[in-house]
Amino acid sequence: MADLFRLQVITPDRKFYQGDVQMVELTTTEGQVGIYARHIPLTAVVAPGMLKIHEDGQVKEAALMAGFIQVMPDAVTIMAEVVEWPEEIDEERAKEAKIRAERRLQAGGAELDVGRAELALKRALVRLEARH
Amino acid sequence: MASMRDIKRRRASIQSTEQITKAMKLVSTVKLQKSKSKAEESADYFNLMYDTICSILRRSGNIEHKYLTAGASGKKAVIAVTSNRGLAGGYNNNIIRLIAGSDALPPKDTYVYAIGKKGRDGLARKGYEIREDHSEVINEPMYQDAADITAELLDAFTKGEVGEIYLAYTFFKNTVTHIPKLIKLLPVEADLSEGGSDDAGLLMNYEPNEDEVLNAIVPKYMSSLIYGGLLEAVASENGARMTAMDSATNNAEEMIEKLSLQFNRARQGAITQELTEIIAGANAIG
Repeated sequence: MADLFRLQVITPDRKFYQGDVQMVELTTTEGQVGIYARHIPLTAVVAPGMLKIHEDGQVKEAALMAGFIQVMPDAVTIMAEVVEWPEEIDEERAKEAKIRAERRLQAGGAELDVGRAELALKRALVRLEARH
Repeated sequence: MASMRDIKRRRASIQSTEQITKAMKLVSTVKLQKSKSKAEESADYFNLMYDTICSILRRSGNIEHKYLTAGASGKKAVIAVTSNRGLAGGYNNNIIRLIAGSDALPPKDTYVYAIGKKGRDGLARKGYEIREDHSEVINEPMYQDAADITAELLDAFTKGEVGEIYLAYTFFKNTVTHIPKLIKLLPVEADLSEGGSDDAGLLMNYEPNEDEVLNAIVPKYMSSLIYGGLLEAVASENGARMTAMDSATNNAEEMIEKLSLQFNRARQGAITQELTEIIAGANAIG
């Protein structure tokens, strides 16, 4: 039985999540990480991906888009700019966004901002994954 | 003495003004409740963001980063958060005076990024150059708006067009106290004096590295400060309007009372005069 630690997920508009958890999984710009209690102090930038919160016995999932994470010895704080529970996601909109992003990437062209289009696609994919 | 008709007309006009101020007070009371709870909800994020930035800077005091040093340009940018509508007492003027009165922001070296028509017009009259106008934002502030404005400002900062960025907004202390505030957004100036807290000795790891993390976090820090400022300003605006409309309603009531008294006196005077004339006439005949 792993130790618990305090996790806070805050957005500009609300406290998204607060509680004692076993582990939290998320994606940073450097790749996916799983954080248990007594992790070394760490500050990292969040990339679009699934946020998995392992509470005692159950796992909560959410779509985390942007923000950063600060890991301290006694607490973990995720400052999220955009984070959504699966039931808050508009599936139709996410599908449309996915198709739009794919089209933009296919069409190419000089003025295409590839990084931005890829990020939009990634966001749409994460939203769809969280929904299912 | 003014005629009865004049007094009556005047009283009616004040009465309708009172109705308007009363309605406006009610509306701003409701809006205040809403904007107050919104500002309070976001305060957590706001404070935590500030703490995080402070602790990062504290632990890495000798870091060299473009966002931590003033740009070469002598020009400054200020985001002026005011309202689109008037009738809010000194609310808008306080911000204009704060900017115009500050030594750091002389009109010739300052670009104004206006949020709110009243501030935009007031500052333009004082000789400030209005660079951008985002007045529509203040009606319904969203985080995305703050992020967009941040991106615009950081772009100007990176290009070297401006060397320092300020934010002027009204801090909502409580329903009756609103404090106009001018804070420096860039270069980031964290309060380092509160060091020595229990985590000061901690060695923080940054992924991928300090530079990249600061690159990502500073824009978020700015957006959150601007967003928090916008929410506070909306709450303050409604608070200020509520107070202003409350005193306007009180004044109107006072005036109506005074005019009613005058009217009654004039009416009594007229009746007395008429009676005197009738009696005098009767006496003359008899």
